[in-house]
Amino acid sequence: MSKFLDRVKGGELLVSDGATGTYLQEHGLPPGGCPEEFNWSHPNVVQGMAAEYFAAGSDLVLTNSFGGSRYRLKEYGLGDRVVELNRLAADHARTVAPVEGFVLGSIGPTGVLLEPNGPATEEEMFSAFCEQVKGLSEGGVDGFCIETMFDLAEMNLAIRAAKDQTSLPVVATMVFDKGPKGYFTMMGLRPGRVAEELAEVGADVIGSNCGLAIGHMVEIVTAMRAVSVLPILTHVNAGIPEIKKTAIVYPDSPEFMAEEMVNIIEAGATIVGGCCGTSPEYIRAFARRFKS
Amino acid sequence: MAELADLKNKFLREELGEYVEEDAERQRMVDLYAETKLSMQNIAAAIIDGRHHDVDRLTREAIDDDVQALEVMDDGLIAGMALVGIKFRDNFIFVPEVLACARAMKAGMAHIEPILSASGIDPIGTVIMGTVKGDLHDIGKNLCIMMLRGSGFKVVDLGVDTSPDDFLEAVEEHGASLVGMSALLTTTMPNMGRTIEAFIDADLRDDVKVMVGGAPVTLEFADDMGADAYGADAVECVEIAKRLTEESASAH
Repeated sequence: MSKFLDRVKGGELLVSDGATGTYLQEHGLPPGGCPEEFNWSHPNVVQGMAAEYFAAGSDLVLTNSFGGSRYRLKEYGLGDRVVELNRLAADHARTVAPVEGFVLGSIGPTGVLLEPNGPATEEEMFSAFCEQVKGLSEGGVDGFCIETMFDLAEMNLAIRAAKDQTSLPVVATMVFDKGPKGYFTMMGLRPGRVAEELAEVGADVIGSNCGLAIGHMVEIVTAMRAVSVLPILTHVNAGIPEIKKTAIVYPDSPEFMAEEMVNIIEAGATIVGGCCGTSPEYIRAFARRFKS
Repeated sequence: MAELADLKNKFLREELGEYVEEDAERQRMVDLYAETKLSMQNIAAAIIDGRHHDVDRLTREAIDDDVQALEVMDDGLIAGMALVGIKFRDNFIFVPEVLACARAMKAGMAHIEPILSASGIDPIGTVIMGTVKGDLHDIGKNLCIMMLRGSGFKVVDLGVDTSPDDFLEAVEEHGASLVGMSALLTTTMPNMGRTIEAFIDADLRDDVKVMVGGAPVTLEFADDMGADAYGADAVECVEIAKRLTEESASAH
């Protein structure tokens, strides 16, 4: 079994990393620029990000490859550089990782919907995920974190691609919204149902990220834990962005989130980290609270 | 006031009984359908059930039976979408089901549109839609466009990464009175405000209504940057587009 899964299944609490986009924007990525292109043009920034997260206390970091599928890269004219940019993403994090640090290859949504809701076929999307998985595994990842997915069908294709191309563990997290009748994915699935389906397809770790503030994430973890014995990862936004004059500010402080994270852990999550709006400062607060 | 039992279509009776939870709203829906012919109720039912082949056939049959195209559109297609919107709002159905209903609507509109345009009846309105500058995400925007077209709007889709100038040019070229902007990234959201400023600078702000949406966008943000409306999803987008179109029609 992989060393990553060994430690997760041993029941150890692991601290993950924080936002990638937020960090890269503070280090020169223009609004709407291609984050994965930075793997080639700004290797020092991407390596520096992983190094900062490890130094802050992350046991694992995600690679800078969230939008690294050919569907997203081709929007920037980089559709023919999928393997290269994903390999670089993994390599940058690996290069600065301490001996005990883990590197998970981030895989985000393709941004297109599957038939009949959109133009993508299953075959085409599966092959795109295989290509991304190939680059990440060549770069030396310890596993994959397929994240922010809202369509279980797309998630399943990504999990299958990872399992088909490698024997590495897969973390699978989806994004939920709160409606009048509770928590649902955009396509209408409740957290408990998602947890069961993800286990069925072969995810090794399940969970949720993005979308909701930390108080709601506790409910998602509780619902997943009620039906699943798999380890649970939670990556939480620093609250819902607020408008302050011309700046957009995430309201939840590192200390506030570290305290609230206690509830997430009590509900059953064993890997915790940040999503949009978080930074190494948040990871330091989590590590201080949970790793000392 | 009509009663649920007055509706001749059984499917509509069941749907209203099961999915419209609030009394006043159910009464309003019962009244809406009770005033329509059975053939129109059948079209509405097929829309709600997402049966696009049935909508295609029933709409064609109604037109062949000399029912006015506008009546088929209002009493059949749009009346059906009204319940779809309620079911979506209240978490009884989700995006995949709404898209099936939108496809059914499109199948019906394919028969209605040529008749309306041949008789010189304009679409409800023309909407310019685009994802703002620097942002390449278009799933939400495309859902809105499908729903708007299904509801009888003419939509000009500017795609992703749309500059303020592109919005301005499209409004002038198509004589549109409604602009819809989308953004998924917090970093590109401010480009909505910049686009609105470009309309002010070009002295065109009073000629258009602006609606905005996208996952991180809030009503507060929409108000702050001077948009006319904010929609949380594609169903709300259609409701807002209708309201804003009526407002600008009564203002001119």
